[in-house]
This record gives sequence, C-alpha cells and structure tokens, in this order.
Amino acid sequence: MNDTLAPAASDAADNLPVHPIGKVIAVTSGKGGVGKTFVSANLAAALAKRGLRVLVLDADLGLANLDVVLNLYPKLTLHDVFTGKATLDEAILPAPGGFSVLLAGSGMIEYSRLTPEVRGEFLRVVHSLVPRFDVVLLDTGAGISDVVLFAVSLASEILMVATPEPTSLTDAYATIKVLVGQQQRERIRLIVNQTTRAGSGVAITHQLQQVLDRFVVSGLGRSFTLSHLGDIPADPEVRQAVMRRQLLMQSQPTCSASTAIGQIARALAEKLVSKDG
Amino acid sequence: MLPDSLVDLHALQLDDARALLEHDAQNSDRDPGESAVHYLQRVIDGLCDLSLKDPLTGLGNRRHFHGVLARAIETVARSGDSVLLLLLDIDHFKSINDTYGHLAGDQVLRAIAGCLARCVRPVDTVARYGGEEFAVILPHCRPAFGRAVAERIRASVAALAIDIAPLQTLSVTISIGGAYAPEWVRSTADLWIERADQQLYRAKTEGRNRVCLDQPRELAVSAEEKGLLFSQLELDELALPGPVPPRVNA
Repeated sequence: MNDTLAPAASDAADNLPVHPIGKVIAVTSGKGGVGKTFVSANLAAALAKRGLRVLVLDADLGLANLDVVLNLYPKLTLHDVFTGKATLDEAILPAPGGFSVLLAGSGMIEYSRLTPEVRGEFLRVVHSLVPRFDVVLLDTGAGISDVVLFAVSLASEILMVATPEPTSLTDAYATIKVLVGQQQRERIRLIVNQTTRAGSGVAITHQLQQVLDRFVVSGLGRSFTLSHLGDIPADPEVRQAVMRRQLLMQSQPTCSASTAIGQIARALAEKLVSKDG
Repeated sequence: MLPDSLVDLHALQLDDARALLEHDAQNSDRDPGESAVHYLQRVIDGLCDLSLKDPLTGLGNRRHFHGVLARAIETVARSGDSVLLLLLDIDHFKSINDTYGHLAGDQVLRAIAGCLARCVRPVDTVARYGGEEFAVILPHCRPAFGRAVAERIRASVAALAIDIAPLQTLSVTISIGGAYAPEWVRSTADLWIERADQQLYRAKTEGRNRVCLDQPRELAVSAEEKGLLFSQLELDELALPGPVPPRVNA
C-alpha cells in the first residue's frame, strides 16, 4: 500500500482525500433501487463486447446484490481476500457476459463501518486490480455513507444512475453536491434509467446543471459539468431478465434497453480511449 | 384412535407451561367448550408472549428488542428509511436502590417503563434492555425530528412523580444516547448498538439528564433547490404510472 494514501485519522471521512485511479469507474446513485447494479453488470458486458478487459468490483460492502443479478454463488469472495483466506486470483470470477467480477460476500457486512484497516485493504485490492484490466467498475452503494464516498473517491470517472422520478433526482442532486464539494469533482456523468420518452435524460441533465450552477458551482471558483452519458428506456425485457436472473445484454441483446446500454458503453469507451491518448 | 396429524392433549406435558402462564395472570385453564387446537394455540401464543416480555415492566425484553432491530436493519438497507435507536439509562439508579430499597427501585423501573410506552407511537418499540437500561426503536423517524422525540422522552421522565411509598414520591432523570441506522448500508446490530452506546456514554459524562445523538450526514436540499429542480421539467418527462403519454413535440 502506498503510504501517501493512508488515511490520516480514523474518522476523516468528511474531508476524504481523493486519489482517483485511472480506468477506475464508480457507478453510484443518490438512492437505492434505481438499477445501479443492473447498469454496472450490463455495462460491463457491453464494454467486454467491445473488446475491453472489464472487472466489476462489488464495492457496495455489506449490501452485495451483484451475486443475485449475476446468479453467482462463489465460495471465495473479497471478504476472504481481506482476511487472507484467499488470493485475489482465487476470488476473481468469470461472469456471464465475458467480464470478471469480484464479489464482496456476506461477510463484508462487518466492514460497513469504514475503519483505516478496511480502507487500506480496499486500496490494496483496487491497486492490484488496475494493471490487470482495461476498466475496473466499482458497483458502489447508494447515498453518501462513508463507504460509498470512499469507494467513489478512488474512481477517475463517476457514473451517477438515476430514474426520472422526483425522489431519485433529488437524491442524485444532493449526492452530486456532496461529491463536488468534498471531492472537488469537475465532471460527473449521468445515466437516466427507465426513461419513458426520448430526450428525458438530456432535459433532466440540463435542469440539474442549472440548479447546480446556481447553488453549488457559483461559490466554487471552478467549473463543474454534469454530462449526460445516456438514457436507458423503460423496457419490459429488463424486468424479465432480472426475474430470470439473466444478464440483459446476453439474453436480449437487441432489445431497446440493451441497445441503449451498448451506446453508453461506446460513448464511455471513446472517452476513456481519448483520455489515454 | 386419532389420526397422526392431530395431537392428543393428554399425551403432552403441559403442566410447566400452564404454571408459567398462570403466573403471568392469563387464564390458562381450558374452557369446557374450547377445542383442543384452539387451547393449544392459546398456550403457545401465551408462551411466545412470555418469552418476549420483561416480567417486571411488561415491556419487550432483550430478545424482543434484538428481533425488531434485526428486521429494522434489513428494511433500512434496502428502503433507506430513517430508523433511530435510542438507549436510555436511569441516572444514579444504584443510589435509588441503596437509599430506598429494591422495591422502590422496581417501582421506578415500572413507572419509567409506563412513561416510555406512553411517549412513543404504536409503530415504535420500547424494550427493557438491561437492569436500568431501556431501548427504543423508532422507524420512519427523520433525522430532523430525532432530537425532539428524544428530548420529549427525557423531559417526560424527568417530570414524573413516582410513588415509591405512601406519601413518598421520587423524581428521577434519564440519559439518552441515540444513533440512526446507516441508510442504504446493511450494518449489524452490534455496530448500531455500539454507536448509540457511545452517545449514551457521552450523555453520562457530559452531566446526565441529557440527550446525545449521532446525527447522520443528511442529503441537504432546500425547498428552493427542489422547486427549481422540477420547475422546467414537463410532467411527462418524469416517470408517471400508467401508459406512456404520446409525444406531441420533441
């Protein structure tokens, strides 16, 4: 572990130092139940389809849903890596969809409080994952708990998932506020899930940006951009896939939601490549 | 002969159970017209009730408390509901026992238990957590209101005149420590209790008869911000139940 990344105090979450690591992308949301894990898993499959080596890390310590979405029940998990019972290689699993996953495991519940030890272990794992993959997606929890803010602080790109409902948008807005203020973020990308008409995401992003400009950015002395990464239309196939515990990108690769996720993956891949080059 | 699926009451040793239930002042005798199934159900219900109740105060006991807490953790993890856990401890309880005797101490425990039960909503859970320690679990309690609720409980107890003997009343105070379950995170009962306990310790060391809460970081959005967030968005851009409205213009 790099010494400069060690937390100074056990309770420094309020002024968490941000050390974004290239190619680490956090998928987060303001509230739960907006399809964050669904987006992570299917976006990973879409990126893998484009030839990228992708790993999804279940960074939602204590609320692991990735196993349910992917229908995987591993014997060895991140918890075993933390406790030294397994090596990283043993805990990394191939997921349906051509990408890799590292699941938290139910034992991670006890890590839901962010101690310096947990931060250290987490950093160590992320740092050893980065050289092995083109993209590491962190499927984080919702909201602004210490664990979520910490996981997000490691990512160079933040994807915020929201649905076009007032509560979801309000919580997304509030979370973006915290990330802009605490982590000095200059850009967050918004994915609007379950849209019911074309153009919703663009209008929502524009509206959020206006309110952010007025209440947050004006006092910053620097710019902040909320970029619209894409919409995923409400699609009955999504529910079907979730109920059957299949990856939508695999079971219904041509449905409207899959097509949208494919487009998001393309936009994301182009941005990542242009940044590297 | 009885079929296998039916239980012969005479074959069961219910004496201990009946004795327990009699002790609890519930009529445990079988009514002449009562069916065996109904009677057995009543005995079982009575035993379940006993196993979750504190005999002295009539509040839920520690087992009951842990069951409710475990369910609250599951709910909070997925729903993001705000659930507040309060731990309450009677100030200087030992000296009450030493000065006025244990019967007076029991009176104090009963009076405070009754007061706590009257202070909260039906949806809340009040339990006797330990000797002179109580716990309250308050679901759907937004962080903005937590302190007011805890203060009301503290003040109500402080205002009690507890009869401990004829013409002898006593006033006692309590210290309260509280913590919210972390939203959208599946925590553990131990971690949650520990956080509330730390606040209780703080209330004690800061002079007792006070409330200390571990306030969660709140997603702060003002009414003005909320108004602006949705002012420009047309209603059909927000997801509404029912069929997708036809698009009039792009």
